[in-house]
Amino acid sequence: MNLNNGKGSMSTASSSAAWKAGDVVPDQFPAGLRVLVVDDDPTCLMILEKMLRTCLYEVTKCNRAETALSLLRENKNGYDIVISDVHMPDMDGFKLLEHIGLEMDLPVIMMSADDGKNVVMKGVTHGACDYLIKPVRIEALKNIWQHVVRKKKNEWKDFEQSGSVEEGDRQQKQSEDADYSSSANEGNWRNSKKRKDEEEEAEERDDTSTLKKPRVVWSVELHQQFVAAVNQLGIDKAVPKKILELMNVPGLTRENVASHLQKYRLYLRRLSGVSQHQNNLTNSFISPQDATYGPLSSLNGLDLQTLAATGQLPAQSLATLQAAGLGRSAVKSRMPMPIVDQRNLFSFENPKLRFGEGQQQLSSSKPMNLLHGIPTTMEPKQLANLHHSAQSLGSMNMQVNAHGGQGGQGDSLLMQMNQSQARGQILNESTGSHVPTLTSSMGQPVLSNTVVGGVLARNCLAENGRGTRYNPVSHSSSMLNFPLNSTAELSGNSFPLGSGPGISGLTSKGTFQEEVNSEIKGSVGFMPSYDIFSDLNQHKSHDWELHNVGMTFNDSHQNNSLQSNLDVGTSVLSHQGFSSTQRTGQNRNISAVGKPMFTAGDTTDHVNAQNVGPINTFFTDNSVRVKSEFVPDASCETNLFPEQFGQEDLMSALLKQQQGGVAPAENEFDFDGYPLDNIPV
Amino acid sequence: MEVGQMQRTWVEYTKSLFMEGFLDGQFTQLQLLQDESNPDFVVEVVSLFFEDSERLLNDLTRALDQQSVDFKRVDAHVHQLKGSSSSIGAQRVKNACIAFRSFCEQQNSEACLKCLQQVKQEYYLVKNKLETLIRLEQQIVAAGGSVPMEELSF
Repeated sequence: MNLNNGKGSMSTASSSAAWKAGDVVPDQFPAGLRVLVVDDDPTCLMILEKMLRTCLYEVTKCNRAETALSLLRENKNGYDIVISDVHMPDMDGFKLLEHIGLEMDLPVIMMSADDGKNVVMKGVTHGACDYLIKPVRIEALKNIWQHVVRKKKNEWKDFEQSGSVEEGDRQQKQSEDADYSSSANEGNWRNSKKRKDEEEEAEERDDTSTLKKPRVVWSVELHQQFVAAVNQLGIDKAVPKKILELMNVPGLTRENVASHLQKYRLYLRRLSGVSQHQNNLTNSFISPQDATYGPLSSLNGLDLQTLAATGQLPAQSLATLQAAGLGRSAVKSRMPMPIVDQRNLFSFENPKLRFGEGQQQLSSSKPMNLLHGIPTTMEPKQLANLHHSAQSLGSMNMQVNAHGGQGGQGDSLLMQMNQSQARGQILNESTGSHVPTLTSSMGQPVLSNTVVGGVLARNCLAENGRGTRYNPVSHSSSMLNFPLNSTAELSGNSFPLGSGPGISGLTSKGTFQEEVNSEIKGSVGFMPSYDIFSDLNQHKSHDWELHNVGMTFNDSHQNNSLQSNLDVGTSVLSHQGFSSTQRTGQNRNISAVGKPMFTAGDTTDHVNAQNVGPINTFFTDNSVRVKSEFVPDASCETNLFPEQFGQEDLMSALLKQQQGGVAPAENEFDFDGYPLDNIPV
Repeated sequence: MEVGQMQRTWVEYTKSLFMEGFLDGQFTQLQLLQDESNPDFVVEVVSLFFEDSERLLNDLTRALDQQSVDFKRVDAHVHQLKGSSSSIGAQRVKNACIAFRSFCEQQNSEACLKCLQQVKQEYYLVKNKLETLIRLEQQIVAAGGSVPMEELSF
């Protein structure tokens, strides 16, 4: 067959056709599909190239991930789909996946000779649109065009939906808020959270415009401009409108900036998560998160990547994250709150650190990598900031607050939350409306701190974008309550961060996965504090991204031990009285957060503080996962970022606690005695 | 030897390779990919496979020779060899790699060394067979005939 030659010319012609625009598919489609193949195995690479050519695709091959990235960056619109191997010497395939998702938002297919469930799951969580097992057959390659079409279709859909649901969502949200405050039911809470998330999402969409808009490609230069504008404004104050003005790019709309900002925040959050800079309350969202979660930071980094991978965290997020890291100081200014105090409050530093360490291994380098494509000046500094060990949730909260770029209120909330952390009771207070659970459980300051931190962080995150949504988060004050365990809950917003920072970290991660909308219910007991936030902030429905995080964890349930820990967390979360769970709770929370994940895993022993070890791994995974899932839609307000971040931080916090063996006593589950197993899913 | 006979020999030989498990369906895929526009495709891929595999086997030998074996590294190499051998259809090599990997997980040096030997053995065997096959094909083409791929319908 002389298809190759013919195809070459044909594909060239067709590939540049309307196909790219997405609205008109060339007649020859899928012929001419521009595929980029990345594999360090020359044999496979050659075979794949030949097969793809036989399918009439236009193929570019490279054997290094770095090469692939630079090719993609040079020519953002030059490729339609990327196929990448998982195991590569210079860069992990999943990392590449995240980068691509973040920077170019192209569909990516992973492939490997490894068909283990975990690896495939990783692909899913990182946002790969497909996973092929080697040896790849040509039949499998023939249909890859569907991923390109699907993606484009979804992009359009997002635009279209922006304006329609707003009304309904707004109303819904309000009613949900009411629900939250009144019902002490986790289930209800979760549901409402879920609804809230949806609402928030819908609301966010509104902002982006009801009109279909041609997709804006965030080139490196554009992103740099964006980051410069954000930095100039300060992460906290960086609102789309102002950014747009500063950037002064013709044709760019506020919605474009808003969605990009959202992603950026998420990215920053991830970054900060990687570097434990607990004390970095700095910049907007991301930093705070990282700071608090120290351990989470590593996860965060991963998360970002994940997020990036999923395309949710566009470069913006990375930049944001960076900014966040740097913005620590910014946050501080905003938060009058004695973040510092809070830090002290968090006894779980140790665990956090630990967690962070664990994560660090994984992601230590990640944040840096994330920044590769993102020309943000803040990079080094931010990362540095991020890497501070998240001393306290306070810092996280702070960050979160900062994050709340959208609503400065978030910061205030954070602060409040921070404070409450120490007290635990605050949670109760804040939860007033939403989280009935928090009240007593928060007993332990440490826990509360972590939880709070996590919650706060989460809340902040959520708050930032969502404002309203935080409420649900606060509910999770009991972090443990976080319905991670029950997948149902997760969807809600329950962010199972409940238990300690570690959990928060987890939760954040998990929630991310779910989708930004799903609020992180579990977010941990902090809920009460969140309430404050939500009140203050615009309550965007976005709470929870944290939820997602939690959810993700479940998926990743990498470590059984983690799971068990998480289970503990979950149970704790479910309880609402998460305070008791402290260590164990934390673990639980983690599980709760990662409920979806954990449930998958078969952790038998729930509360094993000792499992902390694996948690790291777990978290890392989670973080990664969270990332990928997190950015459900571009329209999500920045709130998304904060949430994610929070989760991570929470998680890390939780982890830390667990690891640090922080007050084993903390592990006692005071919660109302929800049996872990009973966590309604 | 006249073309017809060479072709028959080729067919028989190829079939036997499949029967004995040296090659699997993936190799057939490669053969089917070959066409007039790319008549040396199989040869090229196979050569690439040889090069790559020998490099990997050397790396593996070195890695297992260390005082303290880095099993992760060993596993990574084996994984890659598994990937390329499966892509080319070298079934026995692939299977040997699978066994190898499980011992890597167990961090069993002794067993890993044995597996390495096994993999090497299978590799040299299949290399030999493929070289013979290619030689046959080249002879057929040199004699003016064409390789009867269509007869590989088994």
